[in-house]
Amino acid sequence: MSDATTADATTQAAHHDEPTVRQYVEIAGALSVLTLMEFSTYFVEFGWLHIPILLTLMAIKFGLIVGFFMHLKYDTRLYTRLMVTGLVGALTLYGIAFLAIAEVPTLMGS
Amino acid sequence: MATTTAPPQARSRSVFSRPTALDGFKGYLATTDHKKIGIMYFWSVMLFFFLGGVTAWIIRAQLASAESTLVTEEVYNQAFTLHGLTMVFLVVMPLGAAFFNYLIPLQIGARDVAFPRLNAFSFWTFLFGGLFLYSSVLFNAIPNGGWFGYAPLSTQIPGDNMAFYAVGLQIVGISSLSAAVNFITTILNMRAPGMTFMRMPVFTWMTLVTNFLLLFALPIIAVALFMLNGDVVFGTQFFQPATGGDPVLWQHLFWLFGHPEVYIMILPAMGIVSEVMPTFSRKPLFGYAAMVFAGVAIGFIGFGVWAHHMFTSAVGPVARSAFGLTTMFIAVPTGIKIFNWVFTMWGGKVKFTTAMLFSVGFVSMFTIGGLSGVTHAIVPHDAQQTDTYWIVAHFHYVLFGGALFGLVSGIYYYFPKVTGKLLGEKLGKWHFWTWLLGFNLTFGPMHMSGLLGQPRRTAVLPAELGTDVALYNVLSTAGVAVLTVSASIFLFNLVTSLRSGEASGDDPWDARTLEWMTPSPTPYVNFYEIPEVTARDEFWERKYAEAEDGSLRPVPAGASQDHDPSTSPASADEHGDEFPATAGGTATVDTSGNAKASPDDVALPEDEALAKATPDDHGGDTEHIHMPDPSYWPLIMCVGLLPLGYGLTFANPALLVVGALWLMMGLFGWILEPVAEGDDDDPEPSAAAA
Amino acid sequence: MSAAVEETSLGLDNRKLAMWVFLGSEFMFFGAFITAYLMYLNTTAGGPDGEIFDIVYTSVSSFVLLMSSLTMVLAHHAHEQGDMRRMRMWILATAFQGLVFVGGQAYEFTKFFKEGLVPTASPFASSFFVLTGFHGVHVTVGIIMLLGLWSYSRVGKVKASQPLKTEIIGLYWHFVDVIWVIIFVVVYLIPWG
Ligand code: HEM
Ligand SMILES: [Cu+2]
Repeated sequence: MSDATTADATTQAAHHDEPTVRQYVEIAGALSVLTLMEFSTYFVEFGWLHIPILLTLMAIKFGLIVGFFMHLKYDTRLYTRLMVTGLVGALTLYGIAFLAIAEVPTLMGS
Repeated sequence: MATTTAPPQARSRSVFSRPTALDGFKGYLATTDHKKIGIMYFWSVMLFFFLGGVTAWIIRAQLASAESTLVTEEVYNQAFTLHGLTMVFLVVMPLGAAFFNYLIPLQIGARDVAFPRLNAFSFWTFLFGGLFLYSSVLFNAIPNGGWFGYAPLSTQIPGDNMAFYAVGLQIVGISSLSAAVNFITTILNMRAPGMTFMRMPVFTWMTLVTNFLLLFALPIIAVALFMLNGDVVFGTQFFQPATGGDPVLWQHLFWLFGHPEVYIMILPAMGIVSEVMPTFSRKPLFGYAAMVFAGVAIGFIGFGVWAHHMFTSAVGPVARSAFGLTTMFIAVPTGIKIFNWVFTMWGGKVKFTTAMLFSVGFVSMFTIGGLSGVTHAIVPHDAQQTDTYWIVAHFHYVLFGGALFGLVSGIYYYFPKVTGKLLGEKLGKWHFWTWLLGFNLTFGPMHMSGLLGQPRRTAVLPAELGTDVALYNVLSTAGVAVLTVSASIFLFNLVTSLRSGEASGDDPWDARTLEWMTPSPTPYVNFYEIPEVTARDEFWERKYAEAEDGSLRPVPAGASQDHDPSTSPASADEHGDEFPATAGGTATVDTSGNAKASPDDVALPEDEALAKATPDDHGGDTEHIHMPDPSYWPLIMCVGLLPLGYGLTFANPALLVVGALWLMMGLFGWILEPVAEGDDDDPEPSAAAA
Repeated sequence: MSAAVEETSLGLDNRKLAMWVFLGSEFMFFGAFITAYLMYLNTTAGGPDGEIFDIVYTSVSSFVLLMSSLTMVLAHHAHEQGDMRRMRMWILATAFQGLVFVGGQAYEFTKFFKEGLVPTASPFASSFFVLTGFHGVHVTVGIIMLLGLWSYSRVGKVKASQPLKTEIIGLYWHFVDVIWVIIFVVVYLIPWG
């Protein structure tokens, strides 16, 4: 991967278009609004949409923090891959374990 | 100038001055040198291997006769638990780590790992973790619930036994996790110029895969152990059926870790065999790319098969079918590897040195273990086999016949690299053949007794199983006696060869990869100049060129092919078809420069070798060599793990506080320590200016 | 070694790469705790269940932790500009918000204890406390690192030329925050019952 060096050199150079203070504050504002929306679901009943809404809001917040505050948007893709590996690995492995446990009905509590 | 000492004004801020001693006992305590750390791993493993052998003897002595009352059931339970824990966590895994440490920087052309002090921390944590586990002997609380620690047995055994299990493994796990972060960073980011991923030696590849497995598998067991620790010591309810806790959760978490763990143990051995086979077949490795991808595939699929350990537990039919299938799939990449090793030997000029014999032993014994493994993938079949000695036979064929044979092969192969001496070939052959015989005598009959229904994890061999089973057990115990003799031969060989082994020269095996380009024993700086890599078998390509008729021609010393003079090939006459080791100590690298002035450099103690490496010796125009300084902080910090560990074991808040504060103090000392160039921190400006 | 970044194989700094490698594994760590929690939602052994949570209270402390990510990133930004005075101010603000969060958690725990939700009560209680407790430990470690960074920058051990140090500690801090973003929704907000 001798070309990796050059490829990553460019990502390093991309450091310049990092957000400004203003943009950071705007992102924090967006995060606050999203949190407020999450909070409001506590008082409003959205029926079957309730959980999907909450999970979507959560995913957007997650994306904003890792993308901008943790600079994944501006850094080398390798970091994103490391994070995604951990995240997807955890979701699939524990998801399968959960399903396997759920398949045995008597063991799922009440 | 070589900046191995920090400038005085920077030094003054630390509690201790940063140690500079490189030799002697103190040199080991403070070392951050990956080679010394590798050597310390090795000797610690030898100690634990002895203890593992003692526990094995207790098991086999008890089972030598039916209805035996030699030891109590409690002692038997402790013996087989401690045996499993020792062999898995304190022998095979750290022996792999010994090789990672010694070889990885050499194979990728680096001066050290990415974080030398963290590396020392990993070693001391491993050692203290092992000693912590064994300190349970003093409290009469040796773990007794099996290496798999199944709940609710493990949570309900009275006493602190399983608390020692939970905390001891946790500490050892910290060691492996920090090492994994370190080695992944090192391999990804510290390769010599030109060493692309597809030029990395297969051992480096397998190390990378292994450490990724560790990285993602260890957190799982860490969580499981915290839960177990809570249940045993602090009264939490994770696995307590009385309040609705589910013991099957423990099994899932344990095997989610446990199956990747078995590949963590086998992949380093596979890497070593992939280095040994080509060297002694005098051919490049057959199917390098397939080898690498098979290793990566094993890593991935290895995470998706865990429930095959639970076919007879509370696992539903869908899960059983799915995991049966994935388990069969994993035999495919394993098979690819086996064929590639065989084809590597095929048509080669195979030279059966001891190292090669152990590698061939690895391939054949591992194949047997792999085949019995596939039989447990068939769910109804496994329902009959599980918890019998058939399983014990399987995992000893893959772990002893596989992992350990491969690692011992590595010991014979790399002994000259580490010591500059050969590990006696004659005794080595004795060692190999008695080892092979003893191994098969011990574990072969277990296939039979297992199929005849002998239960595992059971203190007393039932007489009703009949005389055949009793006979198989006698054979197994006799096998351990042979193995004991064999291990003694090995130890004797090791000690005598260390003292008075035949000098090996730098490249006794006419090897192929970068680590053999350095003098043997490896000097403190590893490489006087970092080589530029242009080929997969870089060293070999520098030594040989292919003639028109396809035959190999040695490249004369100093010919155009080498890129930098200090690492140029050995002189041509070293590389006939004669076994080069017989040439004794003359096989020194011709430096054609001033980097290594005299052949007896090889014998220099490390600090002198370092002194030799200063630019003054290089004639001033060579590159700047900076090496990490030794440090006491990793060791000091690790001591804090002991009070913390005992605090978690005995629910003692005072010890917990002491341990936590100690660790914090250690951490701050570590950070405050003045750093030198080449260390894992930015250099002090004054040092940079120097 | 920052001067040597260009010399590494990937052109990346070892320490930052190592932090990302480590954070990858941390997802597996918290994932297991969250799985156990979800598994035991209804396994309360007759004791208190999720109804006991005070959503308003937790929302406020979650918000504080969320905003600490803003001050953290501002600290890093100031450090990159070489403005160490401002960097230290933001670091202190971040650590303070972290302390508020941990203090809030400690208070919440004692309140639960009084109402009968103790770690030994049921598998549900155990998994709730161990999940949120380990998160709290992570925040505490983060606070210690922030305070270390603050004091080292005062004595000149962390220099204006080394924003990478702030960045790496920031990565850890944001990670801990992101985990709480998940916990807040999965544990507190979703009405599983
Ligand atoms: C061809 C590849 C393999 C397959 C298909 C396979 C399959 C299995 C299965 C299904 C079991 C569970 C049997 C039972 O408990 O009923 C098992 C047990 C085991 N295997 Fe393998 N295996 C393979 C390779 C390996 C390797 C490479 C290792 C280690 C280096 C290994 C180590 C173990 C251990 C330690 C156990 C026993 C765990 C215990 O119950 O304590 N296996 N294997
Ligand atoms: Cu398995």
